[in-house]
Amino acid sequence: MGIKVDDICFLYERGTAMQVNALDHVSAEIPDNQFIGLIGHTGSGKSTFVQTLNGLLKVTSGHIYYNGEDIDGDKFDKKKLRSDVGLVFQYPEHQLFEVDIITDVMFGPRNLGLSAEEAKRRSIEALESVKMPKSLYKSSPFDLSGGQKRRAAIAGVLAMRPRILILDEPTAGLDPRGRDEILGLIADMKRELNMTIILVSHSMDDVARYVDRIMVMGGGKLLYDDDPVKVFRHVKELEDLGLAAPQITYIMKLLKERGLDVNTDCLTVKEAAQEILAHRKELHV
Amino acid sequence: MSMIKIQKLIHDYIKRDDEGNAAGTVRAIDGVDLEVKPGQFIAVLGHNGSGKSTLAKHLNALLFPTEGTVWVDGMDTKDGANLWEIRREAGMVFQNPDNQIIAQVVEEDVGFGPENIGVPTEEIWKRVEESLKAVGMLEHRKKSPNRLSGGQKQRVSIAGVIAMEPKCIILDEPTAMLDPNGRKEVIKAAMKLNREKGITVILITHYMEEAIDADLIFVMDKGEIAMQGTPREIFSQVKRMKELQLDVPQVTLLAYELRKAGLHLPASILTKEELVDALLGSEPGNSETPESREQKSDASGEPDTEADKKEEEAGNGNQG
Amino acid sequence: MFDSITLGQYYQTDSALHRLDPRVKLVGTFAYLIALFVVDSWVGYLLAALFLAAMIRLSNVPFRYIVRGMKTILFLLLITVCFNLFLTPGEVIWQFGFLKMSREGLSFAIKMALRLSLLILGSSIMTLTTTPTQLTDALESLMRPLKKIHVPVHEISMMMSIALRFIPILMEETDKIMKAQIARGADFESRNLVKKIKSLVPLLVPLFISAFRRANDLAMAMEARCYRGGEGRTKMKPLVYQGRDRVAYGVLLLYFAACIATRVIF
Repeated sequence: MGIKVDDICFLYERGTAMQVNALDHVSAEIPDNQFIGLIGHTGSGKSTFVQTLNGLLKVTSGHIYYNGEDIDGDKFDKKKLRSDVGLVFQYPEHQLFEVDIITDVMFGPRNLGLSAEEAKRRSIEALESVKMPKSLYKSSPFDLSGGQKRRAAIAGVLAMRPRILILDEPTAGLDPRGRDEILGLIADMKRELNMTIILVSHSMDDVARYVDRIMVMGGGKLLYDDDPVKVFRHVKELEDLGLAAPQITYIMKLLKERGLDVNTDCLTVKEAAQEILAHRKELHV
Repeated sequence: MSMIKIQKLIHDYIKRDDEGNAAGTVRAIDGVDLEVKPGQFIAVLGHNGSGKSTLAKHLNALLFPTEGTVWVDGMDTKDGANLWEIRREAGMVFQNPDNQIIAQVVEEDVGFGPENIGVPTEEIWKRVEESLKAVGMLEHRKKSPNRLSGGQKQRVSIAGVIAMEPKCIILDEPTAMLDPNGRKEVIKAAMKLNREKGITVILITHYMEEAIDADLIFVMDKGEIAMQGTPREIFSQVKRMKELQLDVPQVTLLAYELRKAGLHLPASILTKEELVDALLGSEPGNSETPESREQKSDASGEPDTEADKKEEEAGNGNQG
Repeated sequence: MFDSITLGQYYQTDSALHRLDPRVKLVGTFAYLIALFVVDSWVGYLLAALFLAAMIRLSNVPFRYIVRGMKTILFLLLITVCFNLFLTPGEVIWQFGFLKMSREGLSFAIKMALRLSLLILGSSIMTLTTTPTQLTDALESLMRPLKKIHVPVHEISMMMSIALRFIPILMEETDKIMKAQIARGADFESRNLVKKIKSLVPLLVPLFISAFRRANDLAMAMEARCYRGGEGRTKMKPLVYQGRDRVAYGVLLLYFAACIATRVIF
């Protein structure tokens, strides 16, 4: 079950002088119930990649299979694909348009042909998943804060009950608390709803903390696809791509360079603290 | 004389109901006093809703005080006669890179400000060139803004502001919509203007890594100044920063955790080098502090003028 | 990607036409268009075609860019020609069923086709050799006399250039919003007219909100940069007539006179 991406390419402005190879022979498998981080600098192809996964963009060559079926096949129901593979764009609050939150969240389910009652039921479920207070269901999007609007927009996609949820830079433009809240929410959703979540991000620190697997893209290619600890060992290569390892990784590396034999695979402050304290006797303090 | 002086500032927003009638007020700024000296690099930190953006807009008279007074280079913002001179002296760069670019060609956008204040044509061209050079965007002068990255657009906006020859630049969350590389570009450009041209810079942000090199930090919460001090003083108060819904650098956080576990580390660690030095004992010539890093970047690259040399000597003298 | 969609497709190169003051080109294009309706003889059309050919040569723009403008009106051209060909009364020279082609019809249709083609090609030359900024500057300058009757010339010009600047941005935003709504199952391709109109709501509402937000931000940014209307503003790129512009006006005058002459003589 899941998505299989088989050697896909995507060309922008095909046949013109400005042809751009946005995706260059990318292959990967997206199984059920995994927490994936997709990182890459601007222009690496990561946004193009996620838009091919739900059929928004059609690949120029190669195939994408959803549960074994080719999504570009004649009999394939693209509409079903879009509800199974939910895509939350950057600044998703910009897509809100209805008079109140609950009606806006119902837009997705309604488009799937569900009855008003069923759509409402799913919408309430989705709003509860994003921890939206009931008192705000009937509020206009204009009356909400930035973080609340964003959660409402995410609910709008959740209400379609996707098996795979892709979030493009969900922390863009939020302050530290907003960031922590959204990421915590996403981690909770992963736990409670048993879906695959693909988190597209620039921030190594955010991604390192939560995901099981990291895919790194650069120049349209999938360069690394492994668990976080292994990916972040390639510090130099990541820097050459305009990315960075988590800050903690740099600290541990410096300690090791200066002679303290620590495990440099720590990704969070907690892990680093534990590792350093384990070498307490060798410390100067 | 101070560049900016604020006394007992209060700002209320009027809430409007669905029909547009006034329905109570929201107090966005609740008694702020602060002073900024010429040539300083100030950071104003705060979570969304703390009042920092409202405060920023008082500094160039886009908003007027409900109570209290704001002086910009000695001019009272409430005095209508000063309005345009204040806005010329205190230039502002906003958050959205697209929504502050007016022209379809980079150099024309940089010229927009000088055109508005009646600078003669020849002088406009000189200023446009100098400003673009100062932010490193001269080679892109004939391009359409649509072809630029976010960081480049923000640098063009900074150039557009300095073309008006301000004494002070206010950057209102200029990096909030940029990727990490764009953020670095913009902060580097702002720092350069501050260090090389002595322009006062006030950076409003919620990214604490941008505030590390500031001379002074003001932390806002609930419309008031909750903390003020040097970066070391501010970031070492990890618990307080968390209460104010802000981050501290990961290094500082790590040092905090290690201190909690009993290690005797100094409270004000800001860089990984400082942490490693403290944990393992410093090697000669290896310790790098924000202050010494600043000196290094001053000394590299540009040829030393007499004035530069004198400044460095003075700076060295102050480094106890 | 959306940057290449500028109105009129300016072609960057150097040429005699590129170097002309945009006011000359604007006035010249209008004069040419009017002249197209003044001439009514084959000699007149030949004159117009020769003039256009000379302008194309002077513009240094590759021919394929110039005929691009024709693609858009090809269909319209065809319809106009057919209508005039078969619906003009007169001496019938060819018949197919109920379709009667008359000599007058043939002559009229060809003249119409010529007029339209020359019209499109002529305007294309102008937009290919003049940037949108130059065009709005030219309009502002030419409209200046209207200030006397309280027409807000500067404001209109500023509005036009800001609109031009934001068109690619709004187009990109439309694309983003569409994609986001399609990801929620929206269908923008319905054939049903009612459904199609309804499907525009999730597109237009966010777009309008965004446009207003941008306008608000931009107004603040302009005020922060000391914008206070047209009074006291200087120009970075002022329009100043050169010798060659005066020569160009002279040439235009001659051409116009020649067109009138063909009307009178032929």
